[in-house]
Amino acid sequence: MAKIIIPTPLRKFTENNANIEANGGTVLESVQQLAAQYPDIKKHLFDEDGEIRNFVRLYVGDDDIEDLDSVNTAVEAGTVISIVPAIAGGIA
Amino acid sequence: MADVTFSKAELERYSRHLIIPEFNIEGQRKLKAAKVLVVGTGGLGAPLLQYLAAAGVGTIGILDFDIVDDSNLQRQVLFTTDDVGKPKVEAAKARLEKLNPFVTYKTYNEQLTSENALEIIKDYDVVADGTDNFPTRYLVNDACVLLGKVNVYASIFRFEGQASVFNYTDKEGNTGPNYRDLFPTPPPPGLVPSCAEGGVIGVLPGILGSLQANEVIKVITGVGDTLSGRLFLFDASTFETRTLKVRKSPKNPLTGDNPTQTALIDYEQFCGLNIADRNKAPDVKEITVKELAALQAQQDDFQLIDVREPYEYDIANLGGELIPLASVLEAVDKIDSSRKVVIHCRSGKRSADAIALLEKKYGFTNLYNLKGGILAYADEVDTTLAKY
Repeated sequence: MAKIIIPTPLRKFTENNANIEANGGTVLESVQQLAAQYPDIKKHLFDEDGEIRNFVRLYVGDDDIEDLDSVNTAVEAGTVISIVPAIAGGIA
Repeated sequence: MADVTFSKAELERYSRHLIIPEFNIEGQRKLKAAKVLVVGTGGLGAPLLQYLAAAGVGTIGILDFDIVDDSNLQRQVLFTTDDVGKPKVEAAKARLEKLNPFVTYKTYNEQLTSENALEIIKDYDVVADGTDNFPTRYLVNDACVLLGKVNVYASIFRFEGQASVFNYTDKEGNTGPNYRDLFPTPPPPGLVPSCAEGGVIGVLPGILGSLQANEVIKVITGVGDTLSGRLFLFDASTFETRTLKVRKSPKNPLTGDNPTQTALIDYEQFCGLNIADRNKAPDVKEITVKELAALQAQQDDFQLIDVREPYEYDIANLGGELIPLASVLEAVDKIDSSRKVVIHCRSGKRSADAIALLEKKYGFTNLYNLKGGILAYADEVDTTLAKY
């Protein structure tokens, strides 16, 4: 059971929920479960080949999953997965 | 640094810095000797410029190509109502000169481009990125990496804020990650809305821009630990803050194991944008706001449809039937196929998309896009309408 923190730009796809609980055993399974629950978020997280998009980073705790076992990083009870998207605002 | 001196007035002005033991006059000398370029004088630029000027950064470059607009004043606290219509860099400089006349201000009333970026940035020690779009963010990052400059980064969207320090070389000579380590490539157009579409809570750029100014001062003075190698996240709606690690990616095209990029590129193209095409609507039949006004005056038989969102309708409307773009295909039975139908949105982009969708799916031939949308109508027909 991991907690996935949804960034504010993607909350419109999760009925404004900031946190989603997921049951997957890995980061990938957890995020796939999120996408199954909220299908509209899928294209923002995965590309056409099912890979995590280049402008989205996934973290477990404070660590980029690429410093761990990438999408296969194991998820335990209490694990916090953060989705960090690129945002560009500043002026407008 | 010993050759950097201060007048009595300056010493008195900066006294609250001078009495911090680890900052002292040495830190103040470093600030006075430093040159910082602030790219973008918007929501982030407003606190950045004011705090950097107040702190006594010796030379501040101010770069923006825009003019001050009414809708800026909700968050761009550098500007006043009197500044509306003036070039931002001029209004900023005038304000900052009053705040601290001991600083040298250089203005660039132009857009940062692949052609001018290296020439402008090379004269500065630190760049603070307060821009609002992906092409310029990648341009600033790549130019800073190529020139060996520190890029102090912050970005905002609605309630979300991010900050970091990129391309920072520490005292041991190790250079930290840059923006390309975090996000190698930008989102394709359409997947992430800009602030103009998405909105932003006015205080948020004030918070993030202030953090950015703090990082600039730390980078210059060497006091404290910068955000290099870390990404600060702030959710203004829940007050959750997190500081995550930023890794150096072996795949970074500039600084990875096999660098493939040694010069600036075309960033509009890189971001899937073409300047000419950026706001180009699909090729659909159009009607001007003057022609619409004539139809209304003659009380012609036509249907007016507004494909914006309800909260936009509440700001200003032309009395059209509200069918937001996302639901336009489901609401097809509400759209007349036997008489002229004029469809509008804010600027004409969404309504053109709606027409393209309806023509493709249902074969409509009677749909006309209101060129320039309600904004053009407010400019040319009914100046009492609020623009947003």
